[in-house]
Amino acid sequence: MMTVRDLCVARGGVPVLEGVSLSVAPGEALVLRGPNGIGKTTLLRTLAGLQPPLHGTIDAEADLIAYAGHSDGVKATLTVTENLTFWARVFGQGTIAPALAAFDLDRLADRAAQNLSAGQRRRLGLARLMVTGRPLWMLDEPTVSLDAASVAMFAGAVQAHCAAGGAAILATHIDLGFDGRILDLSPYKAVATVAPGGFDEAFE
Amino acid sequence: MIALLRRDLALAVRAGGGFGLGLAFFLVLCVLVPFGVGPEAAILSRIAPGILWIGALLSCLLSLDRIFALDFEDGSLDLLATAPVPLEGVTAVKALAHWLTTGLPLTLIAPGLGVLLNLPAEGYLWLVASLALGTPALSLIGAFGAALTVGLKRGGLLLSLLVLPLYVPTLIFGAQAAARGAAGMDAVTPLVLLAGLSAGTLALMPFAAAAALRINLR
Repeated sequence: MMTVRDLCVARGGVPVLEGVSLSVAPGEALVLRGPNGIGKTTLLRTLAGLQPPLHGTIDAEADLIAYAGHSDGVKATLTVTENLTFWARVFGQGTIAPALAAFDLDRLADRAAQNLSAGQRRRLGLARLMVTGRPLWMLDEPTVSLDAASVAMFAGAVQAHCAAGGAAILATHIDLGFDGRILDLSPYKAVATVAPGGFDEAFE
Repeated sequence: MIALLRRDLALAVRAGGGFGLGLAFFLVLCVLVPFGVGPEAAILSRIAPGILWIGALLSCLLSLDRIFALDFEDGSLDLLATAPVPLEGVTAVKALAHWLTTGLPLTLIAPGLGVLLNLPAEGYLWLVASLALGTPALSLIGAFGAALTVGLKRGGLLLSLLVLPLYVPTLIFGAQAAARGAAGMDAVTPLVLLAGLSAGTLALMPFAAAAALRINLR
């Protein structure tokens, strides 16, 4: 589904990870591990196409990725339904009912997002992945502010997604309780040097 | 695209959306000018087109930083960048939403405020025409400026400084069209140039803004 070879990613012009190679097949969940600051977020953003890699290749099909970062992209003055419907329309999908059900948002459907708790808001952010219709989910610390029951709900959603032929790449510190391949990023830590031409980036 | 336009319009008119801010500023400015300048009708009707245009421009400027900053803060912009809509389309739609919530209402209330400034009767048509043709350029140039400064904390100052010089041609031709119309002279030439400015920014600015956004999202 996605194959990455010898990838080097940089944050603020400084390489953080180099020589990363990984591949994700349908039905697979890949868990990225590593201490804070190792570059999990930077790697995910690069894989999602939000920033270019310093070098290395990313082979991926078109229209593959649904990205969920630290912030949920939830609009406070719109209701839960309006938020989800918006993303469903942007991704050209129809129904939002399965996503509402999977994350137990049915009872909150008409509530404005500003009146949700942090955990409920996070669940809304994760439910957005289901309305994208994209096969590869990329999740950056998806379980922040979720309680144990919600984490189980989320793990169930990821498993169901993988069982249906999807795949997921997750950066997380906690054990989600399902079989996922674990990739520890510590060995790929880049030797701290300035990227070639990093200082001149603004003048290119 | 239409979903994005509808969402932006809904966000603008709901609580805290800032829909009334530009309009209220325009109203306050046009009400205060006669008090500051004095009640001489001749002077007021001479400066009315210019004041109305400057007021519209500053009201536009007031809400520019909201075009992308809010979406950047809550992460929506990252998600839109990975969505199956081109970023050029996103910037064009957001500029359109900004115009619909700022430029269009300003154009519609300008004749009412023209009365306060003793705008000559023959000037109203030209005023509305010049604002209708010129304010889209303000929103499009503003979207480009907002895209350039999107990642910055308190980028509003830099945004104003970047955008104001780019606004000057629009202001000159817009105010000229309205002033010549009010004075009973031929105002077609500045209007045509103004329309050309708007068409030119419509062709260029979405691409420039999308390029700036891509760099700022890294």
